Amino acid sequence: MGGETKYHPYVKPNRYKKNDPAPPVKPPSGTTVVAQFKSLDGDVCGPPLNLPADATPEQLALLLNNLLQNEDPLPYSFLVDDTEIKTDLHLDIIHGLGRSTEDQITILYRPQAVFRVRAVTRCSSSLTGHTEAILSVCFSPDGTQLATGSGDTTVRIWDLTTETPQFTLSGHKNWVQIVAWSPDCSILASGSMDNTVRLWDPKTGKPLGDALRAHSQVITSIAWEPMHLNENCNRFASASRDGTIRIWDATLRKVILTLAGHTAPVMSVKWGGEGLIYSGSRDKTIKVWNPNEGKLVRTLEGHAHWVNHLTLSTDFILRTGPHDHTGKSFATKSEAFAAAVARYNAATADGTRKERLASCSDDFTIFLWEPSTGKKSLTRMTGHQQPVTHLSFSPDGVTLASASFDKSVKLWDGLTGTFLTTLRGHVGAVFQVCWSSDSRQVLSGSRDSTLKTWDVKNKKLRHELPGHADEVYSVDWSPAGDRVASGGKDRILKM
Amino acid sequence: MPQNEYIEESIKKHGRRLDHEERKRKKEAREVHSRSAHAQKLHGLKAKLYNKKRHNEKIQMKKTIKMHEERNNKHKSDDQPVQEGAVPTYLLDRENQTRAKVLSNMIKQKRKEKAGKWSVPLPKVKGMDEAEVFKVLKTGKRKTKQWKRVVTKATFVGEGFTRKPPKYERFVRPMALRYKKAHVTHPELAATFCLPILGVKKNPSSPMYTQLGVITKGTILEVNVSELGLVTQSGKVVWGKYAQVTNNPENDGCINAVLLV
Repeated sequence: MGGETKYHPYVKPNRYKKNDPAPPVKPPSGTTVVAQFKSLDGDVCGPPLNLPADATPEQLALLLNNLLQNEDPLPYSFLVDDTEIKTDLHLDIIHGLGRSTEDQITILYRPQAVFRVRAVTRCSSSLTGHTEAILSVCFSPDGTQLATGSGDTTVRIWDLTTETPQFTLSGHKNWVQIVAWSPDCSILASGSMDNTVRLWDPKTGKPLGDALRAHSQVITSIAWEPMHLNENCNRFASASRDGTIRIWDATLRKVILTLAGHTAPVMSVKWGGEGLIYSGSRDKTIKVWNPNEGKLVRTLEGHAHWVNHLTLSTDFILRTGPHDHTGKSFATKSEAFAAAVARYNAATADGTRKERLASCSDDFTIFLWEPSTGKKSLTRMTGHQQPVTHLSFSPDGVTLASASFDKSVKLWDGLTGTFLTTLRGHVGAVFQVCWSSDSRQVLSGSRDSTLKTWDVKNKKLRHELPGHADEVYSVDWSPAGDRVASGGKDRILKM
Repeated sequence: MPQNEYIEESIKKHGRRLDHEERKRKKEAREVHSRSAHAQKLHGLKAKLYNKKRHNEKIQMKKTIKMHEERNNKHKSDDQPVQEGAVPTYLLDRENQTRAKVLSNMIKQKRKEKAGKWSVPLPKVKGMDEAEVFKVLKTGKRKTKQWKRVVTKATFVGEGFTRKPPKYERFVRPMALRYKKAHVTHPELAATFCLPILGVKKNPSSPMYTQLGVITKGTILEVNVSELGLVTQSGKVVWGKYAQVTNNPENDGCINAVLLV
């Protein structure tokens, strides 16, 4: 045989081979960058420093803790021009943003919660008991009790340690739309379709008197006065479909003031930390009231359709009052009052950072306002394709999450209103959204009967919590951080 | 009967008597007695007619009095009665989206428990013989070869279907009889959706028809139900379901099917 035919094995051209990721760029050794630390409020901390270009966030945190002379090292997250420094100063900023090493860089630092909430992965119990859909779920401010209101006209209180029903509070004659705890956990108020508000003692399960009658239509929302404004926690505001908001005194069981002015059902009322009441209504306006005199302070206009929900940047602080993640219990009222005041001042930096109000509407947009300063909105946040039903500020007031009928949850910057990201995954309208107390996770409940937890840092889905047989109407994360409760049309409460 | 308006003129010029209002009131009060005396004196047909008129007046008066008294009454059922279908505040006054689109998972569960899983709406179907389904196609120069067959019923060929080389193709499926979508009815909600077909699962007449993708009455199809947004108990999204054909597609030009829940 002559020359052998050469055998060339066929090499398939790999058309789909991805380009190798660029090899990590190392800065030439010894390069330094001039940087200055700046806090969220704009205060500059320390002089401009010469930092090595490959500084990691941990090294930056060490440095910052030293500069601020913190006793316990606190965790921080660092940003330059809205990009977070994840791995390395050089990689992210100089290489990523294309900044030169000659300019002075301003690094914004943001304190993160010291504690970390564990991710919610599974359903620990499914509690039956209600005979109709569960309409509202609310944890007590100290995280020890849970109250649910349902279409079967009862309110039930559940014991969290054993995960069993504790009390059944009956008395309402129609669906219980909303339950709200007073900040010192001593009174539970429930508003119902039968136009009344009832007060209950959550420790014994007994009603505190008969129903409070004054509204002529269904109660849509209840807001208690925050503890740092009133030590006794005895005032609350109730909003109703008849367009009025009434301020009640819980101990006297009477209406102190009626705030009338809205021409359409008032869907949401919030008692702000600065002593003003905000109410959003279907007449497209939000009104700001002074509760002590009962006067209208200003009207915030701008929405083109019903205003569905309001949320405040200090919502979490106002709701939980003196209780924070340490789980301390207070012996006397004055101790609790002092702690609540301290917490509020810390959150608003002693009054320099004003409260921000966000409102969502059926016109697919969200407005961000600073109601104590002016009538004009800060920003208008568009992007949703269907009515936005629910809004929630993160406990540290930095991010805002919005839930909408278009099956997506959007995250926005809480200070400026810029869009951060969209979280997609649900196959049905998203009804409610709530945050974990360390502001790192968001939970959303939807019409497709699933709940999903999302990680805010990676902007990804963390866990899926299926198991409900029907639409999920209400979700809540315990302020203590260990539990999530959800209730819906299938009448089962899941924890 | 006054001629001209001299009475009105004098009233305008000089006014009325000082006790006019008082006298008028008292006269009207006395009228009641005269009416009743009149009613008692009348007899015969006149009495009957008059009494009927008075009776009607009395009824009207009683009604108006009762209506005025309503104001003071307190009704127990004034508040709306407890209704079915409790909704949270953010869903109040919203017409729910066409409920048909949002199929309830709870209904699905109940149905699964009730009937056997594989019960179909059309259990027995007349079998089709080959002469009905295929038409002989004569080919060749002298049109003597008769080995090719043309399908005369509706068929489903998948996406990415390419014919065999025409020389070797035994079964011809004409493009006009190829369908991609079916009108699927949900039996519980009686709502119909136009859903894309994923494949022919089983044709009851013969496994050969199943292989070819022939769709006749009683065939089980698999349809894409992702647009309905169903979710299973474990959280997975359901995107394919079986449906059974209920009409003769070759006669109607469309495929009507019933979803097998």
